[in-house]
Amino acid sequence: MIFANVLSQLPIALPAISYRAVAPELVLFGGALLILLVSATTGRKEHPGLYRAIALAAAVVEGGFSGYQLYLAQGAKASLAVAGSIAYDGFSAFAGIVVAAVLILGILIGPGFVQRIAGDGPEYLVLVLVSAMGALVMAQGEDLIVIFIGLEILSIALYVLVGYRIGDGLAREAAFKYFILGGFSSAIFLYGTALVYGATGSTNLAKIANFLSVNVLVHNGVLLFGLALLLLGFGFKVSAVPFHLWSPDVYQGAPTSVTGYMAAMAKVGAFAALIRVFDVAFGSQITLWRPIVVGLAILSMLFGALFALRQRELKKILAYSSINHAGFILLGVYAGTAAAISNTLFYLVAYAVIVVGTFGLVSIIQDSLGVVEGSCSLDQLRGLARSRPALATVTAIMVLAQAGAPFTTGFLAKFSIIVSVVEIREYWIAVVAMISAAIAVAFYLRIVLAMFRGEQEQEVEGERVLAIQGAATEIPGRRPALAWIGVSLSLLFTIGFGVFPQPLLDLAARAHIIG
Amino acid sequence: MGYLDWLIAVPAVGALAVPFISLPEERRNLVRGFGLAISLVELVLAAVVGIKFNPHATGYQFVTNVHWIGSFGVSWFLGADGITLVLILLTALLFVIAMFAMKGVKDFRAYVGWMLLLEAACMGSFTSLDLFAFFVFFELTLIPSYFLIADFGMGASGRAAVKFFVYTFAGSALLLVGIVSLVFIHDSETHHLTFSLPALMNTHLSGTTQLLLFLAFTAAFAVKTPIFPFHTWSPDAYRAAPIPAVVMLAGVMAKLGSYGIIRFDLELFPSTARSLAWLMLTLAVIGILYGAVVAAGERDLGRLVAYSSLSHMGFIVLGIFAFTTEGMSGSILQMVNHGIYTAALFLFLGMIYERRGTLDVGKLGGLQKRAPIFAAMFMLVVMASVGLPGLNGFVGEFLILLGTFITHRWWAVAAVAGVVASAVYMLWAYQRAFHRSQADAPPFGEIRLKEALLVAPLLALIVLLGVYPAPLLSRIGPTASSVVQHVLAAKAPGAAAASLPAVVKGVK
Repeated sequence: MIFANVLSQLPIALPAISYRAVAPELVLFGGALLILLVSATTGRKEHPGLYRAIALAAAVVEGGFSGYQLYLAQGAKASLAVAGSIAYDGFSAFAGIVVAAVLILGILIGPGFVQRIAGDGPEYLVLVLVSAMGALVMAQGEDLIVIFIGLEILSIALYVLVGYRIGDGLAREAAFKYFILGGFSSAIFLYGTALVYGATGSTNLAKIANFLSVNVLVHNGVLLFGLALLLLGFGFKVSAVPFHLWSPDVYQGAPTSVTGYMAAMAKVGAFAALIRVFDVAFGSQITLWRPIVVGLAILSMLFGALFALRQRELKKILAYSSINHAGFILLGVYAGTAAAISNTLFYLVAYAVIVVGTFGLVSIIQDSLGVVEGSCSLDQLRGLARSRPALATVTAIMVLAQAGAPFTTGFLAKFSIIVSVVEIREYWIAVVAMISAAIAVAFYLRIVLAMFRGEQEQEVEGERVLAIQGAATEIPGRRPALAWIGVSLSLLFTIGFGVFPQPLLDLAARAHIIG
Repeated sequence: MGYLDWLIAVPAVGALAVPFISLPEERRNLVRGFGLAISLVELVLAAVVGIKFNPHATGYQFVTNVHWIGSFGVSWFLGADGITLVLILLTALLFVIAMFAMKGVKDFRAYVGWMLLLEAACMGSFTSLDLFAFFVFFELTLIPSYFLIADFGMGASGRAAVKFFVYTFAGSALLLVGIVSLVFIHDSETHHLTFSLPALMNTHLSGTTQLLLFLAFTAAFAVKTPIFPFHTWSPDAYRAAPIPAVVMLAGVMAKLGSYGIIRFDLELFPSTARSLAWLMLTLAVIGILYGAVVAAGERDLGRLVAYSSLSHMGFIVLGIFAFTTEGMSGSILQMVNHGIYTAALFLFLGMIYERRGTLDVGKLGGLQKRAPIFAAMFMLVVMASVGLPGLNGFVGEFLILLGTFITHRWWAVAAVAGVVASAVYMLWAYQRAFHRSQADAPPFGEIRLKEALLVAPLLALIVLLGVYPAPLLSRIGPTASSVVQHVLAAKAPGAAAASLPAVVKGVK
């Protein structure tokens, strides 16, 4: 009451807030608060099962609500809310579904390991829910400032998640690197926002678009510089070459079960915002940013694939592979047609699910070897097919899906990007993309090879392997039943929609951007 | 579901079922029985297709066409003509034999599962008339064959498997871009987004576009076939892979390449195929001669057969690009023949390796004295591969050379040198391995009944198809001549084919 009175005294006009538009965020944030509340009020004993149930329920409700919004957004229901700073359209609804999918997988796969090093506390789930909320804000943000807030919510939660094993040198390095470079890139993003504001007089995407369509800038240097800085900020977040240097170390040092979640959620949020900003606000300036985006895409695809060839550390290889994927997704952004954006979203959801599943499997593998979820060398995988055939087979399927094996969503994702690029008649870029995919196959196969073969080599390198395993801290095994459920879900998704992709493609086709 | 759907579905479902079969330790080998049963059912299905096939009809038979992925205009479109038919029969037969041939595996589950998946993928590639579906199956063949080579192979099979995978994948990468480009060019002309082959055959392409697309498509098929100079993966892969996998690689999957050239290159880009015929013919002849020369210098029988395979696949490409009905029929027939005798050759090599642990001709010798029946059967296969009249290799090779001589005299003349050379190196190798006396040689067991039964169907076919190839030729003929007609009837776009009027005149 007092608060309202004070507010009414101030010369601030509060916009009408459409709670329906921000309901997904509210659900996730509410879930996080509820978990904290339960933890704080139920005495000393923690209830990990209950927390997890609340988090899962929040994720499912959020996903369901986004699905309903996607259904509604078909007609004229798409709109801007909260003084035009939040978009409520098919695109954000689809992004909401992707976020929910990643979140559910993250909740199923993640906590097992974290519980062992950090106890039964609610922190992990709260951080995961909050970071997902940040990604949602990014996907819905229709204003550069709102997007920045989403970016920070997402990033800060992720910094903490990455640094969970603070006692470990690699993990400390990873968290510190991620934090410093992430903060740096956020600052650059903010500076870009300021310059764009200077050039166009607004931070609202729709207003920027309107300004740029009505006016022609005689001196567009400020706008150009602002655009470049925005792209640079996004480039850091999606780890596109040449802004990728942090990602291999961070992937390596972060707890394995967190790495997959981080890779997926950061990309979903950043790419959703990237697409909206460049499609809505700067759609008329496409000739300005297109060459930069395609340059980033090609560099990411080629160098992601080439650098990975030289690695012997599994998580670093996967980091470079996700740089390669980022290049493909950027190509979809580059193509820029409505169909291309749907295809990009399809790639994004396919990639997100596969990558969470893959890291979940690596986490299960590390668990079965009894090692800490830190660095994982390829040598550790040797002979896995003999000792754990089912685990090795499923891992091989997921890795091959990343490589783009037919009858998986990984293949259709690459295919749909190629379709988008060919549709705008950029045949040579499509060729380059496929060549990078062919190079990438080589390192994906090295992972598979390490698991399925290596008994003979193991004898030669036996001492080294023993040394590695001996050095690792022994941790009592857990029963990763929930992680297995998460992995199975992602496998089911990858193969199910790989064979019958039409429903998912239909959903992605509904994801129109308002404006 | 039509017969062709079943041809794909039976092994695919079998492959999916295999991981769920859990048997007690002592009954593990029952999985092998399961694999055999599935592949026999498949053979029966293929035979039924062969019987029900109408040899006089042109066009596709047993057609299935339903929507699959509407957003991309992809449909599940299967059909068979003469080429498809004979390749289906070959595939079904060789898979049964390969199932029987595997030995020394502790747990057959993985082996049977990959083999069945490979069979489904091969059947899918041969029957798909939708370019997307074809590409998907074409790619799918890589995964099981990779695991078969890497998992069950000998020596440095891991490296060979990766090399094989990356080479073929790089080729397919261009194929995918080519397919999608073609589809969108067709879409912009007709506003009909489709991947179906008959619809895409009506696309109007400018000369340069057609040339680039032809090259993109051919890249994939040239690696798979292999055509010189894209063959470097093949000796390593053939040598490192386990024998049943080589039977599939050389017997069936190599045919995917030459099949793709006929089905897609010639049907979609006839005028470029005609104007680039000189290039393909030259590469084919170089492959024939180069393969023969290298094979003559090889001491390892496995690599020798791999290079001789390169040489023989060169003949098939030669016949295709001669653009005569004889050459085309010969090439298609030779695909089957080559599959049969190469499979038999590799099976025999497997038996030798099992007995001696080596395929080095220098370490073998005098085998004929110790195992005369074995030697006689091996000799028969060698003769078939050399092209002795009365055996199956001769019929195809003769038709190819005849067809090529009509239109491209000098290429045919050069290729004949390859025939002679192949006789030289094969017989020389045979002589060194089987006849050269070797003191204090370890014993060499005579062929066992099981082994004889394994190769008996192949030997029977070698003789039968050598004496009476009509059943196959009568089914291949209509398809072959319609393909040739299609290529020759194509109008040249712009001046692309202007450089080769003499060739066209020569045919007419």
